[in-house]
Order: sequence, then C-alpha cells, then structure tokens
Amino acid sequence: MSAGPRKLHRFHGGLQLDDHKSISNTLPVKAAGIPAQLILPLSQHIGAMAVPSVRTGERVLKGQRIASCDGYVSAPVHAPTSGTVVAISDRPIPHPSGLSAPCISIDTDGKDEWIEHQGHEDYASLDASELRNLIREAGIVGLGGAGFPTYIKLNPGARQINTLLLNGAECEPYITCDDMLMRERADEIISGMRIMQHALQARECVIGVEDNKVEAFAALRNAIGTAQDIELVRVPTRYPAGGEKQLIYTLTGKQVPSHGLPLDIGMVCHNVGTAAAVYRAIVKGEPLLSRIVTLTGSGIPQPRNLEVLLGTPIKDLLAQVHGDTNKSGKLIMGGPMMGFEILHAEAPVIKTTNCLLAWHPRDVEEPPAALPCIRCGECAEVCPVLLLPQQLYWHAQAREFDNVQDYHLFDCIECGCCSYVCPSHIPLVQYYRFAKTEIWQQERDKEKSDAARQRHEVRLERLEREKREKKERHARKAASLQKKGTDSDTEKADPKKAAIMAALERVQKKKQQAPVEPQNIEHLTEAQQREIDDINARRASAHKQDEEPS
Amino acid sequence: MTTSSPHLGTSNSVSRLMLHVGYALLPGIATYIWLFGPGLLVHILLACATALVAEAAALALRGRPVMPALMDSSAILTAVLLTLAIPPLAPWWLTVLGVSFAILFGKHLYGGLGYNPFNPAMLGYAMLLISFPLEMTRWPAPLSLLEQAPSLNDSIALIFANGVSVDAISAATPLDALKTQMALGMDIPGTIASSEYSQLFGQLAGVGWESINLAFLLGGLYLLFTGRIAWQIPVAILSSIVLLAAGFHYLDPQHYASPELHLFGGATMLGAFFIATDPVSASTTPRGRIFYGIGIGVIIYAIRNWGGYPDGVAFAVLLMNMAVPMIDYFTRTRVFGEGK
Repeated sequence: MSAGPRKLHRFHGGLQLDDHKSISNTLPVKAAGIPAQLILPLSQHIGAMAVPSVRTGERVLKGQRIASCDGYVSAPVHAPTSGTVVAISDRPIPHPSGLSAPCISIDTDGKDEWIEHQGHEDYASLDASELRNLIREAGIVGLGGAGFPTYIKLNPGARQINTLLLNGAECEPYITCDDMLMRERADEIISGMRIMQHALQARECVIGVEDNKVEAFAALRNAIGTAQDIELVRVPTRYPAGGEKQLIYTLTGKQVPSHGLPLDIGMVCHNVGTAAAVYRAIVKGEPLLSRIVTLTGSGIPQPRNLEVLLGTPIKDLLAQVHGDTNKSGKLIMGGPMMGFEILHAEAPVIKTTNCLLAWHPRDVEEPPAALPCIRCGECAEVCPVLLLPQQLYWHAQAREFDNVQDYHLFDCIECGCCSYVCPSHIPLVQYYRFAKTEIWQQERDKEKSDAARQRHEVRLERLEREKREKKERHARKAASLQKKGTDSDTEKADPKKAAIMAALERVQKKKQQAPVEPQNIEHLTEAQQREIDDINARRASAHKQDEEPS
Repeated sequence: MTTSSPHLGTSNSVSRLMLHVGYALLPGIATYIWLFGPGLLVHILLACATALVAEAAALALRGRPVMPALMDSSAILTAVLLTLAIPPLAPWWLTVLGVSFAILFGKHLYGGLGYNPFNPAMLGYAMLLISFPLEMTRWPAPLSLLEQAPSLNDSIALIFANGVSVDAISAATPLDALKTQMALGMDIPGTIASSEYSQLFGQLAGVGWESINLAFLLGGLYLLFTGRIAWQIPVAILSSIVLLAAGFHYLDPQHYASPELHLFGGATMLGAFFIATDPVSASTTPRGRIFYGIGIGVIIYAIRNWGGYPDGVAFAVLLMNMAVPMIDYFTRTRVFGEGK
C-alpha cells in the first residue's frame, strides 16, 4: 500500500517443509460447543500463576473472572461459560513435563449465561494505559504459542515505536488456525491492530503473511480496504519465517539484538490471533474465553479447525472429529517442529493451544537411534540464528555450561531445524533444552545456597550464644548447689529446661523439611518468644526466595 | 517416554552420506582400473574386508554395539580412500597393515566415528609411507606405456606372492620424475622433453594421472552440487594451489611446474574433494573451512616444491587437522542479533 513494494530480507538457514495445511483448512471454523466440564489451569501463560478468586461450589457466569493476576507478568483466567466451580485442584495440564498443576474445574450448566459486560466502541477515546488495563483484565496473552501477557508488549515505556507488526506467517506445517482466522475474521484482526496501534502510537503497521496463504491474504486485503497506513506483505514460505525475530528481519532487515527485545529496535510484533482477541476485549468487552484450534494429522478422520472454549478437555475435541483417543498413536500440542507430546488426553485446551496434531499409530515411527556427530555442519547451515549447533551439542553433552553460553545457547529459538537435518539423528534441541534447564537450575541453586549460607551463619551464631548462656547458667547453678553441698546432674536438675531445649530442636529439624504448625509455643519466656519471631521472619524470607519464579 | 520436538526429520543419514561419497568415487576408481590394471580392485576388496574386521573387533573390544557402526559404511570409505593412495601392485600386507592402523589407531583409539581429530585414511597412509617408503613409492606405469599389461591373475600373483619384483612394470609418477630430476639439476621443460620421461607427461599432467584426476573431479562436483560436501574446502584448496602454481610458474617456469600439472597431477582432486572434506576431521565453520582449505593447498604446494616428498596431500591434511580446533575457535559465526 506504500509507495513501492517492500524490500524483503532473507534470514539465514531455515527449511522448505511440506506444509500439510490443506488437510485442515478446507472446512470453515466450527464452534466446538460446551463440554460437561471445563478445566482451567491457573497458569496458561508465561509468568506468575493466577490466584483463584472463586471458591469450590460457587456458581460462575460466562466471562466472570475466576483467577486474578499475581504480579506484573501474569494473566487472569475467566469462566468460559456459566456453571459451578466443582474443584480447585491439581489436574493434568498440557505441558512437556506431563505433570499436573492447579486448575479450576467448572461443571457447565449449558445456559451459557453472560456476566454483565460492556465494550468500548470508541476505543480512540481511551488512553494507552486504560487500553492496557482492559487488555490485561481480559486475560489476553500471545496466542501464537508463547503466551506472554499481551498488555506488557503494548507498553513501550519511554521508547518510540516505529513499527507494529502482525505475525500471520504461521510457518509451522499442519497448523492452520491463524490461516482460518485471517480468512474468516480479517475485520477483527484489522480492528485489533488499530487498537494496538493506538495504544503504542506506532507510526506504521505491517502484516506479514506467508505466501502459501492466498485466501487469507485476500481476506486481509479486503479488510484493509483503502487504508494507507497498514501494509500487507507476502513473505516467502520458509520455516521458521514466523519466528518473531525472523519475521521482523524479513520485513524490515533489522536484527533484534541478541538477548534483546523487538522494543529495543522500536518494534512490536503480535500474532494475528492476539489482535483479534484485543478487538473482542476492547470493543465487545469480552475477555479471552475461547480460541481457534486446528485438529489435524493422520490420526484424525475429519481434520478441521474448531472454535474451542478454553478448558475443554482434549479428548472431547478428538471425539468431535472422530479421533480415537484409545489408539496408541501420537498426540502433539502445537506443530510437528516445536510442539510437545501430550500424554493425557483429558488435559484441557489452554490459551496457547494452537493445534492438536494426532498421528495414526501406523505413522508413528520410533526415532532412529542417534549416531555420533560427524561434524558435517548441516545444522549450522539451517540455523536461522547462525549458531553452531554441533559445538553447542558438544559442550552441552559434556555439561560445559560456560562454553555453551559462549556459543550463545540462549539465542537458540528451539525451532528444530538442526535436529531435522541431522544425518546422525541426534536430538539436538533436547540437548539445548537440557542445558538451559541445567543453567537455570544452577542459578536457582546458587541463590538458594547463598540464602542457606546466611541462614546457617545466623544459626551458628545463635547456637554459640545459647551454649555460652547455658554454661553461665550452669556455673551459677553449680555455684549455688555447691553452697548447699548437693551434687547432681545439671540436666536432671532442670528437667523443664531440657524439655524446652528438646522441643526447640525438634522444631528446628522440622523447619528444615517443611513449614509446619508451630508447637510447644505456650508458656514461653519473652526472650524465647522473640527468638522464635526472629526465626520465623528469616524463614519467611528464605521461603520467598525459594519460591521466586524462574 | 515422550519424544522431544521436532517430531519430523529427514531421511538423510550418515550411512546414506557415506554411500553417496562412495558413488562419487566410482568414476575415479573405474578410470584408475581402466588405465592401471585390476590390481587396485584386489586391494580394495582386501582393504574393505580388513576394515570391517578391524572395525568389528574394535567395537567389540570397546563394548559398543557392532552392527550400527558397521552399517554406516564409514570404515569402508576409509579403507577405499587409503587404498587409492597405495600403489595398486603393492604387497597385500601393506594394505592390511595400513587399513588396520587407520581404523584402530586413527579412529577407535580416539573414540570411534566422530571423535578422531585426524583423517584416519591419511594417518594410515602417512604411517605406511614413513615405514615402508620403498613399497609405497613403487607405482606401476600406466598400461598404455607397457608392452604387456598385467592381467587380473598376474596382479593377484604380484600382490600376494611376496618378494616378486614389480620393477619391470613400475615407473616414476610425473611428480616423482620432476622431483628427482630437479634434484639432479635438471629443469622442468628439460625433464618433460627428455627421452626418458617425455612419454610420462600427457596432455595436462601425466598419462593416466590426468584422467584419474578428471574422473575424481567429476565425482567431486557431484558431491559439491548435491550439497554433500562443504564447497569451501575444495574451492579453497584448488584455488590456492592454482594461484601459487601460476605465480611461481610465471616467475620461473624452469623450476616451477605449471598450474595444470599441479591440479591434475598427483592426488590433488582426490585430496581436495574426498579427503580434505572428511567432515569429522575438517573445520566446521563456514569461514574456518576456507582457512582450512587454503592451509592444505599451501602446504601441498610447499611440500611438492620444497619438501622431501613428491606429493603432500596426506601431510597437508594431517597438519591442518591439527589446526582445526583453533581455526574453529577463531572463526565462530556472528549470531543473529549480534550486529553485522
């Protein structure tokens, strides 16, 4: 729409992959309906887990907030339909670990009764911080897969934003939820982008769409109409063209600094789905309650996209497309390059669930055994970040974590290109994840050990003092006893004192393991009470350090 | 047990890579046999058998699974490359010894495939050349220069009958002839024109040798254009040799051979496309590969002109193998976002 066609820049490496998109993008998006129970994890985003604001047994309405933010980087959770909270407990969640996490379970009542809500047709009358607040309250997070709270990315602080980019690349094979969204709700995306533009005061808006999505491109073009300030650009289909840094480079030729953010170069990039969610939140007043999920793969007889209420169990969705959860195929959340395997089909759809990829058992191949690295360098040729994957692998394998960081481990976007091409079939990305987790763990351990050392020093000091005081007391007692001419064991002489000491020691021991209800706290002297208060204060600060998010 | 992403992969594999390198060697091997007789074939079979036995034995001793490693064909490839550097009518034990040394000492002592800092075939070759200089330099004359070409039976007899002399059918290689004649005070044009040697030097760089080099170039280009070898290495080797040879030849044609003789004589093409490109022992960074290739090219040229051996591919590769960790360290790529 601007003067000339935008000059595109080619990022290094990448892969030409069969996109397998036509499997799932021929049918329109259909509402998946209301399941009997919704399971809403408190953590569906990057950042601090939300805190439940409802109680078990409470009736909730559609759109009602059921868990609120805990801290700056956090997102609230809302009831996607009306019903009754039946449990707040650990349930299987979609996560690479396969572990369970706190969830709010709602038995739906089928009435789909809305809470009172109101939109702002005239978003331009709101200022940026009001918009951010509404977006934060609507629980919107990056819907492209990362799940970072959106309102934070709409807060540039003092920095001037030149370019607002919308990511409609959807570069990973099989996934078509953004494709379908762009086709069917292009107006919402454009309106959402306008709101974001207003919040950021961005000078230009650019939407990047991979050139294999012809219909989506046409729909967006139609929605933009004659507007001059939104540029719609086809980007070459090459994985991972939809990586945030890759897309920014492709469209602008600018590199997001290593360890930096797009903000650092005056840019902000959001997923098209996020833009549509922002539109709904601001103009309609609807929090994020549902999303489009692609159900595809050879294990699904009727692949298509469904509009799914957050919290819908995956097995309910599979049933709608006649997928069989009992067959031991492979179920992946996300795409084949970056998604992770799901072990529990009762785990729910969350805000970041863009795709459920099910492979028929006959298509599930055992990954070939890894052979030694022959240093062929194919991995370096496809790496979009220009890393040297085999050196990273070499050092990660040897647990040389300093070296791994020298080789820029933390610039790795885990796109999987290196593993894909490796002729030795080495699960390279797995090694990088391992190294990252180990490094994070080491950092946490260091913090913990620092705190522990401090605690230990205080304890030694206290023990020393106690010993000294005891000695003095004994000396006094011995002196007084000697006067009476009695000779008895001091411990026996003061059984009450010994009992208190023993109780204190037990408390000390238990404190190491878990926080416990304080015991034996009646009949304490003032000094003892003060000491216990001191200990409690230190314990609280230590716990706080332990529990700080990674 | 869940699997980690990506859940897709190519059908590419180490054994397929090795297999294609093997295919690419075929034109060169066929030309070799065509021009120098079937002795090479006997040695290749012998070398492959030795390599498989040595590989299996080493893996068994190290308590590693034997079959996957045998299937990757890397041992066979090492054996074939080493055989191409051994005179085709040399005694059988030379091949057996060289290949065993290459596999056991060059490869498994360091931890097997992927861990060897030196090209195992060249390590085997260097050991043989130093230990058995006589046997390793008795090259047969091209068949076209012989009155009677040795048949397959003759070749087998010569290879396995210890002590039988192959002097009757051996001849100096062109690079050899130049080296010895220059040492005697002759100049290059004189040597090439002399009655004793004129028949050795063909159109480019010696009868037989130039054809073999052309055939290896053909196979090498196949590997290059199918992306199976890093282009930087052969390009850097060949261009540095050409530049050096052209420069010195221009300055002093009497004492420095022409670039085409350096390109198509000796083991240049085999070395540039098949030996120096062994990924395990070569540099792995894009810029590093260029330095690695230039180093090899320069050392080859230096050894040929000023060193004690007529050719220097093996030593050049081994010397640069040693420099690889340093080259790789100093030529790390600038990652995305680090600025230009």
